[in-house]
Amino acid sequence: MTQILKDFPNIASLRSALDARKISAVELTHTLLKEIAAQNALNAFVDLNPELSLEQAKTADQTIADGNAQTLTGIPIAHKDIFVTKGWQTTAGSNILKGYKSPFDAHVVEQLLQAGTVSLGKLNCDEFAMGSGNENSAFGPAHNPWHPQVVPGGSSGGSAAAVAAGLVMAATGTDTGGSVRQPASLCGISGIKPTYGTISRYGMIAYASSLDQAGPMARSAHDLMLMLDTMSGFDTRDATSIQTCRGVGNQIGRVKQDFTQHAQHIAQHGAKPFSGLRIGVPEEYFGSGLDNGVAKAVMAAIVQFEALGAQKVSISLPHTRLSIPAYYVIAPAEASSNLARYDAIRYGHRTEQYTDLTDMTARSRSEGFGAEVQRRIMVGTYVLSHGYYDAYYLQAQRIRRLIAQDYQAVLGSKCDIILGPVNPTVATPMGEKNQSPTAAWLADIYTLSLNLAGLPGMSIPCGFAPGFDGQDLPVGLQLIGNYFEEGQLLALAHQFQLATDWHLRRPEPRTGDQA
Amino acid sequence: MNWEVVIGLETHVQLSTVSKIFSGSPTRYGSAPNTQANAVDMALPGSLPVLNRGAVERAIQFGLAIGAEISPRSIFARKNYFYPDSPKNYQISQFEIPVVLGGSLSFLVDGQPTTINLTRAHLEEDAGKSLHDNFPGPHGEASTGIDLNRSGTPLLEIVTEPEMRSAAQAVAYARTLHNLVVWLGICDGNMQEGSFRIDANVSVRPFGQKEFGTRTETKNVNSFRFLERAILFEVQRQIELIEDGGKVVQETRLYDSDRDETRSMRSKEDAHDYRYFPDPDLPPLVISPEWVAQVKAGMPELPQQLSERFAKTYGLTAVDTLQICHNRETAAYFEVVVGNLPENQGKLAANWLNGEVLAALNRDNLDLGACPVKALQLAALLTRIIDGTLSNKIAREVFASMWVGESGGEPDAIIEAKGLKQINDSSAIDALVDSVLAAHPAIVEEYRAGKQKAFNSLVGQVMKAGQGKANPQHVNDALKRRLDA
Amino acid sequence: MAITASDTARIAKLARLRLSADAQQQANDELNQIFELIAELQAVDTKGIEPLAHPLSIIEEVSLRLRDDAVTAPGGLTERATLMQNAPGQHEGLFLVPKVLD
Repeated sequence: MTQILKDFPNIASLRSALDARKISAVELTHTLLKEIAAQNALNAFVDLNPELSLEQAKTADQTIADGNAQTLTGIPIAHKDIFVTKGWQTTAGSNILKGYKSPFDAHVVEQLLQAGTVSLGKLNCDEFAMGSGNENSAFGPAHNPWHPQVVPGGSSGGSAAAVAAGLVMAATGTDTGGSVRQPASLCGISGIKPTYGTISRYGMIAYASSLDQAGPMARSAHDLMLMLDTMSGFDTRDATSIQTCRGVGNQIGRVKQDFTQHAQHIAQHGAKPFSGLRIGVPEEYFGSGLDNGVAKAVMAAIVQFEALGAQKVSISLPHTRLSIPAYYVIAPAEASSNLARYDAIRYGHRTEQYTDLTDMTARSRSEGFGAEVQRRIMVGTYVLSHGYYDAYYLQAQRIRRLIAQDYQAVLGSKCDIILGPVNPTVATPMGEKNQSPTAAWLADIYTLSLNLAGLPGMSIPCGFAPGFDGQDLPVGLQLIGNYFEEGQLLALAHQFQLATDWHLRRPEPRTGDQA
Repeated sequence: MNWEVVIGLETHVQLSTVSKIFSGSPTRYGSAPNTQANAVDMALPGSLPVLNRGAVERAIQFGLAIGAEISPRSIFARKNYFYPDSPKNYQISQFEIPVVLGGSLSFLVDGQPTTINLTRAHLEEDAGKSLHDNFPGPHGEASTGIDLNRSGTPLLEIVTEPEMRSAAQAVAYARTLHNLVVWLGICDGNMQEGSFRIDANVSVRPFGQKEFGTRTETKNVNSFRFLERAILFEVQRQIELIEDGGKVVQETRLYDSDRDETRSMRSKEDAHDYRYFPDPDLPPLVISPEWVAQVKAGMPELPQQLSERFAKTYGLTAVDTLQICHNRETAAYFEVVVGNLPENQGKLAANWLNGEVLAALNRDNLDLGACPVKALQLAALLTRIIDGTLSNKIAREVFASMWVGESGGEPDAIIEAKGLKQINDSSAIDALVDSVLAAHPAIVEEYRAGKQKAFNSLVGQVMKAGQGKANPQHVNDALKRRLDA
Repeated sequence: MAITASDTARIAKLARLRLSADAQQQANDELNQIFELIAELQAVDTKGIEPLAHPLSIIEEVSLRLRDDAVTAPGGLTERATLMQNAPGQHEGLFLVPKVLD
């Protein structure tokens, strides 16, 4: 078991230890680098820079010694390889960017560095964030720490694995269709995708611009809150970055203050912290297609909410099913345009042999992009092309409005938050060859609509269900709130985690039989 | 067969902002390659566009100047196509809802007033430049060099309705548009540097036919002369082609000035499926009525308005004001001159500005800004004509001296120094007349014999005797009195 | 709505993807399967519904924030070297591509 898993259940505990000089950031970094190497088979990391990590650790130790420690000073994290970093290569999980050195850091990277965190490296992910199992990475799949032969989820699979395995305290991920929530769920950790526009996309390699949103992953809701508070904030370099959230400035402190207010409000209710809370449970989420074990664990969690005073309300989100075709039109369309820049001219893989410019570009792209990426580029190009734009792209955007309206019809009036599953199953075995390209897509049904609507959503561990090899694998509970209500979601999740211990479970250490 | 020519022009105007439309890079011309292109201009992974307020303001100014509608809400769209000088392989432009709609431009063609309606004007980003020298590629292959300094420069694309019917009209429109954008200060108008580039859509149809013929687009013409040549060639080519039984192909062409012909562009084979969709990185551009009012309040008087005002106030003709209102500097100079003269001297001021001053500037290759004779000084000179101190002829001499700075460039000082005061004194003139009559009895005889020309000859002799300083009108009168006495 | 082989070839060309003959066939099959899934969209009556391009516009006006016209990235030679460090082909500050014929 790694030191983090053994000694530091959350950021607060590590903060105390660092401030009390029981451990130094440099010592911890040395240890983590060793542990990362020891768990190389997980393939969570795709790039390391030990010198740079130690340099950041040294700076953190100095800050602590000077008495200037902030909440995150010295806390070890890592970044999904979608965020550009000056000190590590950035590949987006793709051969087309192998070895790419970015001349600038992503906003999220800057924010966390400024807060004093120590970055341990870049984390594996599905290529250009397209995938739900981290099996679409050009650098090999990442593995789930709970069982080496099941997927960690995706696209932020490396992030989830690293956190679950205790190789870092927290990690950054990105969520375009569920890519923070789903791997968090499959790896038994917590993850949140905040309201669209609250975290700057500057430096986040674009997949689908109107859906992409960064989000932290950690082992508790409280840790998520600390990370999210630092990551969020208005950034002038992103024209979709939000300045005010219902009148409150989008800046460091907003999430923390919101969380604190809600936490205080909850605490007033004593033994029934969720008194007055109406939880909407969508009937469409519990139909066929949802694994029994998963349904059981999720429903048990909902019962737990009720036991703590919440009132369950049955609601309907009638356009839920349509989120799949709508997403798989809009996301590939935006991606086909966002990925056009990878043309082997200013950066990226260039093929060896070519006859002319067009040939060079086409060969380079086909060599550099994996199958799933090429597939989505083709779909996206098609749905935008002449004659199909209205029937596909515009139609999908109209349905997107219907989906967003579904939520507005219930949030506030019928329920305060919505609860449901994150994924129809627990983590699936690796290497499963899908019969059709769309089989995997159907599993995104519970997560996609939040990206389409821009709403905040999070996943926290809520139990286990039997999976591959007869092993019990983690199940995640999804909490959905209205725009800008991430503080409330985190406070509720935090309370749930005070009353339960799913989030404290650890994968058994596996030495030797890493697949 | 009587053919009718149909022309529509699309002009790409580089806006005079100091930074690019979507990034904070400088827009200066002529720097070393790729030294003015940042992460956004190079489309590095993770980069994002942020719109420059200055580009929008200039678009608003243009819209107001042509009487167009400013869209309260316009959308940026991605125009998707692969080209090495377009780093994102999509251009951020505006498609369905542009920032400016409608409007018109009025001007003279061979003295005939003409109005051309505009369809729209929209904001977009310029591409970089391809240098087709044979640079050595990674495998030694002949390569094109790409410079992204220009990539991201703000452009306003201005589109006319297909209302022009001749090359002359098209050129007159283009000159007027050029004049206007420079006048407004929204573009430096430097065509050699690519600040103002014209695409000509040309087609022909039999006179009376309602349907348009197939049109071709001749791109990136950067001089008025080339525009005229390109259109003339294209019209001829199309007519000959059709009369030979062929069909005009809708295609993009380039004008080759060396050969004075247009030719088809090879590379654009992709049948232009640009797959336009609203750019998800850029929410809708909202322009409030307050902002429009603010821009309007800060705008200069427009050439059209100024022309009309000058014509009315000073009794000038359209031809007079055309030259004066050519740019703001000339108009301002004129106003200072005329403002420092007695009333009703607008024509005099106009004649001198359009005559002597412009001629001297052209001869010495100077802009009005560098004119050695300041407006006040010219006014002082013209005042001496008005008050009779100088004849027009002598005034021109004084002007020449002012031009080279003699006596500090002050007209009175020069008149004094050179003793150029006009002779108005009647006794002095009578004395001159008498001396000439006495010296040229033969010419006097010719005059008495009825030859009018002899009179002019005598006038000439008197002017010569007075070294040109005698008041010509007084001389005429005095001669007449003496001869007809 | 069936996607033909020539559709697939045309799309691949537009997207600058080079598919081998086998890959073409597979891509064509896959696209058809995908479009079966997406076809569900057509059946939905969306008359009177505006497309939602920017998600938060469902609750508030989302409009473009502008920046002042100012040079914030002056550029220069050192900067250029950093920005061009990943270029597969360059020469004296220019990006190189196989010769383009206009």
